[in-house]
Amino acid sequence: MSLTNYLVLAAILFTIGAVGVLVRRNAIVVFMCIELMLNSVNLTLVTFARASGTIDGQIIALFVMVVAAAEVVIGLAIIMSIYRTRRSASVDDANLLKY
Amino acid sequence: MDTAPADGLITSAWLLIALPLAGAAVLLLGGRRTDRWGHLLGTGTVVAAFVLGLLCTLQLDGRRLDVELFTFMATGSLDVQAGLLFDPLSAVFVLLITGVGALIHVYSIGYMAHDPRRRRFFAYLNLFVAAMLLLVLGDNFVALYVGWEGVGLASYLLIAFWHERPSAATAAKKAFIMNRVGDVGLALAIFLMFAQLGTVAYDGVFGAVGTLAGGTVTAIGLLLLLGACGKSGQFPLQAWLPDAMEGPTPVSALIHAATMVTAGVYLIARCAPIYDETPTARAVVLAVGAITLMIGAIAGCAQDDIKKVLAYSTVSQIGYMFLAVGLGPVGYVAGLAHLLTHGFFKAGLFLGAGSVMHAMNDEVDMRRFGGLASRMKVTFVTFGLGYLALIGFPFLSGFYTKDAIIEAAFDRGDGWGYLLGGVAILAAGLTAFYMTRLMLMTFFGRPRWEPGVHPHESPSVMTAPMVLLAVGSVLAGFLLVVAFPLEAWLTPVFGEPEAAEHVVAPLVVSILVTVVMALGVLTAWLFVGRREVPVTAPVRVSAVTRAARRALYADAVNESLFMRPGQWLTRALVFVDNRGVDGAVNGLAATLGGSSSRLGRTQTGFVRSYALSMLGGAVVVAGALLAVTAG
Amino acid sequence: MNDVVIGTGEAVVFWVLGPISLAGALGMVLSRNAVHSALWLINTMLALGVFYVVQEAPFLGAVQIIVYTGAIMILFLFVLMLVGRDSSDSVVETLRGQRVAAIVLGLGFAGLVGAGIARATQDLPVAGLAAVQGAETSNIEAIAGLLYSRYLLAFEVTGALLITAAVGALVLTHVEREAGERRTQKELSRARFLTGRAQTLPGPGVYARANSVAAPGLLPDGRLAEDSFATGIEPQEVEQMPRPAGRAQLGSPDAALGTLDPAPSDVPGGREGGDHR
Repeated sequence: MSLTNYLVLAAILFTIGAVGVLVRRNAIVVFMCIELMLNSVNLTLVTFARASGTIDGQIIALFVMVVAAAEVVIGLAIIMSIYRTRRSASVDDANLLKY
Repeated sequence: MDTAPADGLITSAWLLIALPLAGAAVLLLGGRRTDRWGHLLGTGTVVAAFVLGLLCTLQLDGRRLDVELFTFMATGSLDVQAGLLFDPLSAVFVLLITGVGALIHVYSIGYMAHDPRRRRFFAYLNLFVAAMLLLVLGDNFVALYVGWEGVGLASYLLIAFWHERPSAATAAKKAFIMNRVGDVGLALAIFLMFAQLGTVAYDGVFGAVGTLAGGTVTAIGLLLLLGACGKSGQFPLQAWLPDAMEGPTPVSALIHAATMVTAGVYLIARCAPIYDETPTARAVVLAVGAITLMIGAIAGCAQDDIKKVLAYSTVSQIGYMFLAVGLGPVGYVAGLAHLLTHGFFKAGLFLGAGSVMHAMNDEVDMRRFGGLASRMKVTFVTFGLGYLALIGFPFLSGFYTKDAIIEAAFDRGDGWGYLLGGVAILAAGLTAFYMTRLMLMTFFGRPRWEPGVHPHESPSVMTAPMVLLAVGSVLAGFLLVVAFPLEAWLTPVFGEPEAAEHVVAPLVVSILVTVVMALGVLTAWLFVGRREVPVTAPVRVSAVTRAARRALYADAVNESLFMRPGQWLTRALVFVDNRGVDGAVNGLAATLGGSSSRLGRTQTGFVRSYALSMLGGAVVVAGALLAVTAG
Repeated sequence: MNDVVIGTGEAVVFWVLGPISLAGALGMVLSRNAVHSALWLINTMLALGVFYVVQEAPFLGAVQIIVYTGAIMILFLFVLMLVGRDSSDSVVETLRGQRVAAIVLGLGFAGLVGAGIARATQDLPVAGLAAVQGAETSNIEAIAGLLYSRYLLAFEVTGALLITAAVGALVLTHVEREAGERRTQKELSRARFLTGRAQTLPGPGVYARANSVAAPGLLPDGRLAEDSFATGIEPQEVEQMPRPAGRAQLGSPDAALGTLDPAPSDVPGGREGGDHR
């Protein structure tokens, strides 16, 4: 048992989140996947803070959480606006910006 | 021969050019409000220029005067001073241009009376006179070139004066383009002078021309000759001059008979010091003159258009002049004398032809004339005097000047001299033939008029210049050769005349020429005067006649040698441009456009596709990092 | 730097909670219902919170549970309810090859990053945080000390970011409504009866020409939909509404909704769809 376990777990969670972004179409679920990716990064930061013996990693993880909260607020507001005009929360339906 | 600064009235010689130029400017810029008095202003400026030129000439006294004006171009080593050279040679030309020009302006008042664009016509005529005076008065080759192009422009504008007629527009374009060929030669000659001598002033060039290599001088001489051929309608650039008769008749008289087309003779006479150094170029001048002489005479025999006959006659007579100036010092004076007398009688003939056309509702086909002698007495008499002067009837002007040229040709003494003299005498006979044919078809015989044509004498404003020119035609030769010898007047320019050693006695030449002339007249009477003239030209004619009618195939030769290959070249270039250049550019654009629109297809608008490519990129980066650190 | 040995207790916690968090993540991605996804995610986040606590970051662990699991995930569920929680995702993938490519790339990414991390950190010395926190300085004090000194600027900027986000959310979700536009029930009722058509309009997306149970629904080709027959009542035609005649009149689906309205302009109170949205 070493800190590597935490890091590998974080990598796997990150990958699951990324694949979720790619395969899910519900915008809210996609957002959840992004949250999962952010959380796995936080786990990495906390782990490295412990390994390096400084507390800066935790501070940055805190900042990530704050930024994630702001991002969630804005993102969900955008999803609401899109839903209100298009009656759909599918990311595939918002595809007008193309060739 | 030194040049002295001008004094007295001659300091204002620039007014000679400025007056008609101002007239042209006022008439062109003034617009319709000058319509009522424009012709009077146009005539007035030229008359004033003639009076001024006459006064200056009286003051000249055989000197060579330079009128400094201002610095025209000073760039690097090229320093062109705008100055005028007033010497006996240019004085002669000034008098010819302004004198004949003034008469023709007066004539045009009547001739163009019913044309709605008469003011414009006078503006162009004034422009022409100004440019022509600049041509003969300039004291350097650049000024000459400016005048040269100016008369070309005026000639173009005036030939195309009735530009609503396609034939006139085409003729103007033809004249302009063929002149351009000659102008290129003149420009190249000037470049060559500047490159070799560093100057373009007459004094500088003529003073240093002896230091140049023989080949260079010959090149300059030949290039100048090319320019002269273009302007003067000499072989091989003679084809434009007959077509230029599409312009109004006063234009034909002034520009295409009396003055502009003699600019080539002036150029070669002015450049006598250059040709003195290069016998080769001089021999080519001789050859050009002799060939043109024959071409013009032969072509003139078969034309039915009265103005075309006169035009070919002009070509032929200028050929005489080229022949004369090509003979060297012995011929200059003879050539210039012929130029002056020719200016009188040919202008008079053209004005007479214009008068006839005026009476015949602008008909030019001589087969439709006939019997006009009784209807148009003044025209008949003046035209007849011009005719006699042209064919060299004894003691009229053509007799003196043409004989002088033929004598000068024989005076060469060698076989070439005899050949040239023989050609000149033969051409004199042909001249007599075609001019007699013209006279017989126009003024004698039974009337062959179109129905509804009522010939009448022209108004006095037209006949008065004709009378004056007829008087000039009769007297000019005697005055210039016997009474006030042009030879003496021009001595300051061409040096003392050598004591002529006549190979053939002048009397013999005169008798010979007169006999040949009489034969020509007789032949013409036998062929034309004795018989009824058919109203339409006979179709079944000999090959010679057919060739003469087509002016010895000059147009056909030009067409097959220059026009067709030019068109092929143009078409090939257009093809290369369309397919090659445009193809490459368009192809590149199409390739880029196609590939970018194909590339744009990857922008599906699906955010998940974009995220997929991002993950792919992340995988690649991670793999690369691992590969680097593991390696 | 003294090496801290990871104890057995922590290993037990990891091996218990690690699979749980993995299962939560996979469950989130794989469940078709978005509410289930949210619940699975909460599961993972709770496990991560415990990991933070175990890894000497108790403050972060608490924040993770309170802010993330508590606040943010509740916000998610809230929005889910607004949007309509019953819209299960279709299992059909519309983008060709997207799913396969995502899985292949995901496996590749996880393999590469996992292998890289494992290779790089297998001998990583663990310094531990005993030097900066523990005996006299608590974790919160240590964080606060750093946050208000070295990271002060970043802290303030983050505050500005949060304020901006809050205002942005307000702006994005705000619906402009004129003062006095909202009418009383009495006014609405009167306006409705003035149209001569007392019933309310059918709900959005319903192609019905009457809202009586007696009137059966129509299929797109105009036939009666047998599924819409009410039990015990004979199907009968009731008050035909004007029908759009063809595609030109129908226009876009959105316009078709409008054309069904018999008098769209003069009776604004008759269109109450906006209030229901």
